[in-house]
Amino acid sequence: MTSELFIQYLLAGITYGSIYAIVAIGFNIIYNTTGIINFAQGEFVMFGGMIAITLLQFMPLPLAIGLAVILTMIIGALIEICFIRWLKSPSVLRMIIITIGISILSREVAVHIWGESIRSLPYFVGNEITSISILGARISPQVLWVVAVSGLMFICLGIFFKTTSVGREMRACASNRKAATLCGINTKNMVTLSFILSAGMGALAGCVMSPITYSQYDMGTGLAIKGFTVAILGGLGSSGGAVAAGLLLGVIEAFSVSVVPLAFQDAIAIAILLIILFIRPQGLFGSKEASALKEF
Amino acid sequence: MKRLLPLIPLLACVIGIQLLCSATDTLYYLTQMTMSAYYSLLIIGLCVLMGYAGQISLGHAGFFAIGGYISAALTTHSLVSFQDNSLVKLLDSAGLLLSGQTLYGEELLVVNPTLACFVAIVAAALIAVFIGIPVLKLKGHYLAMATLGFGIIIYRLVLAVEYFGEADGISEVPAFPLFAGLSVSGNFADRVPNYYIAWGILLIGMVLLLNLIDSRVGRGLRGIHGSEEAADAMGVNTARFKLQTFVLSAIFAAIAGVFLTHYNGGIGPSEAGVMKSVRYVAIVAVGGMANLWGAMLMGIILNFLSLRGVFGSYDDAVFGFILIVIMLFAPNGILSINVRHQLRQLFGRNKQDDGEEA
Repeated sequence: MTSELFIQYLLAGITYGSIYAIVAIGFNIIYNTTGIINFAQGEFVMFGGMIAITLLQFMPLPLAIGLAVILTMIIGALIEICFIRWLKSPSVLRMIIITIGISILSREVAVHIWGESIRSLPYFVGNEITSISILGARISPQVLWVVAVSGLMFICLGIFFKTTSVGREMRACASNRKAATLCGINTKNMVTLSFILSAGMGALAGCVMSPITYSQYDMGTGLAIKGFTVAILGGLGSSGGAVAAGLLLGVIEAFSVSVVPLAFQDAIAIAILLIILFIRPQGLFGSKEASALKEF
Repeated sequence: MKRLLPLIPLLACVIGIQLLCSATDTLYYLTQMTMSAYYSLLIIGLCVLMGYAGQISLGHAGFFAIGGYISAALTTHSLVSFQDNSLVKLLDSAGLLLSGQTLYGEELLVVNPTLACFVAIVAAALIAVFIGIPVLKLKGHYLAMATLGFGIIIYRLVLAVEYFGEADGISEVPAFPLFAGLSVSGNFADRVPNYYIAWGILLIGMVLLLNLIDSRVGRGLRGIHGSEEAADAMGVNTARFKLQTFVLSAIFAAIAGVFLTHYNGGIGPSEAGVMKSVRYVAIVAVGGMANLWGAMLMGIILNFLSLRGVFGSYDDAVFGFILIVIMLFAPNGILSINVRHQLRQLFGRNKQDDGEEA
């Protein structure tokens, strides 16, 4: 393998990896405040991309993306308010089945609105053939957008949780819900907020990745599985772990193309997921104590 | 024998439906009833796993596909080019291969459907053991994701492997001769016998499972559902019971796959899809999780409606909707909404469960 090809694969891996990391952080935010794995996480990404594509007919790109993110946040809030808010300590099995149901319903809504066709947003800068050269590898500027936006989201999220009072309240809710309630924090609102935050991140990721990976009504399941793999790999609940694991999975997938047929590429992520679940359920980077502390 | 008494009215219903359809010349309903019966076979197996042992599986369409695809591939792909292979020779001399001619007069040598069925079921059972040992150590979300992952791997495999026909699946699967001239096939002439074959298999499965859940094993499984630690402490071998149930439900799924594939004369990758697995889980949930009769009844009704195309292009949406509504408002299934709630209020116990339901 030449060094150019190596860098090419590496950059492709980082691109996909940062998207997986964002989806995984979305999982983590909701998991931390509720203990629920939201199986409909991938659908937020789909909604973000699809809504932006539709809105683009009426308004310029930045506005369309902004509005799409806001609309997806509203969808996230509605899902939480309609299906989750009023349940009193539901069992895990019940929550799994409800979120799976939400994921199916969202997909069906999407297929009846947008059909089965594959769509995409235009490239933010240039077009399909615009490329820039990095260390001999030629990549689309969109790749930089994906990596930059993901990185920015990660940093902003960190600042939000560390410095703002709402962020601190959410963290309090994550580490001990009962104690947070006793301190006068409205934990129910925090859960809604976590859904809104998670939906917004997913939607923005769905918009920036759309020119490269395209958007389709059924893209959610695959992304959700990969995002979950990454979340587990990095230790459930840990954002830093999610980023490291996301990049790792992205790079492994990218390089696997040179070894196994493309049709099996998805199977690799799942195989990694199964192996991790069997051997080290607390994740590569997580220790049992750390996962008990549930730091963002 | 008391637990088997409801089988008698069910049997009467089955015969009644057939007579009614014959009398009103609407035999085409029997085709969907037959298919629903096979799907319900899978569903009652899954019901024991989910409702009684409390282990969710989002990969049961995978076992269905393993059964269906292996049986279809063995009985359809000709072995003529492998005739010199010693294994093929051995099978041939043992009378386990069938020779014949294709439509175009080419020589055809395929595996006997009985052997193929056996191989398919054993394969599904072995895979279930292999997957089940590590997977069943997991709980909650991890278990759901791991079984979902298993289902997707099977889906990817049948979609990518040429031997399994890739996106086209396998078609022109031959009939499966059982005994006394009966055979599982989609011929119009065989419609009524096939209806009874399917229901016969389903009822046998039902009897087996009803006996199982009333036995020591069944009580152990309910203990696991209640609290795995407590069951363990009481001397229930939880790991073994869970694995046995998982394998049993996989075998039920594989049998359903084998027979339905021969009945339909083909199988496609959509049978292995995630949506199918979710649909089975939905039906078990609607039936009331730990309720074999409910699961079977809902399996028949919902599959029949779905196969008749009542839901149109909203098919998947209907199942998603059912799933959410049932889990939100009646986690014990629609058959138990009134009766159980009233019973609980009467005896004033299970307060905690009531709170959860509210």
